Amino acid sequence: MNTLTPLLQVRSLTKHFRLPGGLLSGKARYVYAVDDVDFEVASGEVLGLVGESGCGKTTLGRMALHLIEPTAGQVIFCGQDLTALKREEMRHMRQQMQVVFQNPLSSLSPRFKVEQIVAEPIITHHVLPKEQVRDRVIELLEQVGLGKQHLDRFPHEISGGQCQRVAVARALAVNPKLLVLDEPTSALDVSVQAQIINLLEELKKTHGLTYLFISHDLNIVQQISDRIGVMYLGKLVELGPSESIFNQPLHPYTKALFGAIPLPVVDSGRQLTSLPGVEERLPEIRSSTFFKGRALPFTSQYRQSKARALVLLTHCRKQRAYSPSKELADPALHG
Amino acid sequence: MSALLDVRDLYLEFKTSRGRLKALNGITFDVQPGEAFGLVGETGCGKTVTGLSILQLLPRSATITGGQVFFEDIDLLGLSRSQIENLRGSKIAMIFQDPSTSLNPVFTIGSQIERVVRQHMKVNRQKAREKVGEVMQAVGLPDVKRIMGSYPHQLSGGMQQRVMIAMALSCSPRLLIADEPTTSLDVTIQAQILKLLRELQTKFGIAVILITHNLGVIAQTCDRLAVLYGGRIAEKGSTSDIFNHPQHSYTRGLMSAIPRPGMRGMKMDTIPGNVPSNPGAMTGCPFAPRCEFAMERCSVMVPPLYPLGGTHFSACFLAEPKA
Repeated sequence: MNTLTPLLQVRSLTKHFRLPGGLLSGKARYVYAVDDVDFEVASGEVLGLVGESGCGKTTLGRMALHLIEPTAGQVIFCGQDLTALKREEMRHMRQQMQVVFQNPLSSLSPRFKVEQIVAEPIITHHVLPKEQVRDRVIELLEQVGLGKQHLDRFPHEISGGQCQRVAVARALAVNPKLLVLDEPTSALDVSVQAQIINLLEELKKTHGLTYLFISHDLNIVQQISDRIGVMYLGKLVELGPSESIFNQPLHPYTKALFGAIPLPVVDSGRQLTSLPGVEERLPEIRSSTFFKGRALPFTSQYRQSKARALVLLTHCRKQRAYSPSKELADPALHG
Repeated sequence: MSALLDVRDLYLEFKTSRGRLKALNGITFDVQPGEAFGLVGETGCGKTVTGLSILQLLPRSATITGGQVFFEDIDLLGLSRSQIENLRGSKIAMIFQDPSTSLNPVFTIGSQIERVVRQHMKVNRQKAREKVGEVMQAVGLPDVKRIMGSYPHQLSGGMQQRVMIAMALSCSPRLLIADEPTTSLDVTIQAQILKLLRELQTKFGIAVILITHNLGVIAQTCDRLAVLYGGRIAEKGSTSDIFNHPQHSYTRGLMSAIPRPGMRGMKMDTIPGNVPSNPGAMTGCPFAPRCEFAMERCSVMVPPLYPLGGTHFSACFLAEPKA
């Protein structure tokens, strides 16, 4: 994989959202939605990002597409730093990177027919002359397993799985290189979910696509991904090839996450492991501590109040200290 | 031993702008005292409506058009409104998918649970308070005093669901109906809640009906289950019967459509087509159009539940005993 030039590179990517309040006291508080994340996605590769709610996986996906401005760090796509691009240049770049969201019914306009939905990006980006658009739309629909008969339907007239196929067709309309798939199957029934996964696998081969696949469902992620990144509280805690992440998870959080998946198997003697403690809210750090440097938030905030996070993060530090050769991509934990 | 809950041949219809929608088409199952029973299926299979019709919490557009629901040998469908209201919360409790919408945002947690206790247990305030503290501890809520005085929005989703379970437990019910209790929770928190439900069932002998779309959740928690499709039971039996020897082609399809470790990059098995939107209007087996083994009579006749030994039944002509 290393011989290929990466299509997408994310370097020290960070996003802090400011919390409301603190205007007069000067004590603005921030949420570390994504905190110092690095990874690369090679051309033709599928990188899966997993984590629980609030871990920052969606924010990370949106920053990779430059849909939101990062607080710090770079997104390098096809060798160009997206954060440095001008508006018009970015608009052109968007042709190369498309997105499919979780809920197809809310990401497809209810007032547009399927034909208009799929044609819109072709027209906006002037990909084809007008008279060829219709043929192209039909071709795209056929590629995603739909057909001519769906052209005149509204999103509410077709099933959830078919809506998601339309969303995929729309994303493919401008011949992108990268697709960011943000929980593309979470709203679908199990039997339909498998259909969409198969479709994505097939399109990847026929169109030479690269995917950033974001999901909370580990089983789905390992099905489709070459490599997996596990996120926890804004940080990438473990990154590696699918098989090794699944067979030998190193980070205690990854282990806990895998141990908690209920599998459709009985009499295996397997007990669900649950992480003690309650769910974490996003790490909240005051501006003063934030500006003093990276290490501080961990020592003060986490150690005092977030027992669960503490256990995990200290474990992880040990892990790093004892096995430095392993691919645990979290530079913030070096300290 | 007589069953705690006995649902017999339940039929239910919705009135919609496009006519009648037959959501349940003859559902029959029973739940033994202290047992964990799973109802599993995809969107629109009727699993939630089945749960709601036991306590008659149905929307106005729904009418039960046939069948009986016996709880401790009383037909619930024949009870008056006030009789069923007395039963709700005291003998049969229910929890739902999204705990944040089930809790009242303007009252503290303590006062909401206390209200349930005083409604059903004719005790004074002091006693009620003690009981509230007791059940909150039983469901593993930390720092009971602080949480009693908190409002729902101050708690995380997992904590809110624990509060719902505490509320459900407060009057020592015999049956708890849990409708997708972990669907809105993260997987590590889900594991905690499933463990809790299992504990309550073994410790207090409460029977649980677990309604979910997630076969994994059922495998980890239930003793028996019914697989629903198109408002009918496709297959029912003990958890090991169904997971180790699934007979109905829908059950098999559903199981193999779940991604599992070690299958990366391989083509996943799928069930072609979509879930029917009005299965009651179909003649024959609701799964026939998607079934690879469908025979001629499958689209004409509805297969009954054929016994396969023990508590295992399958509604498929392939399971028909050879004459």
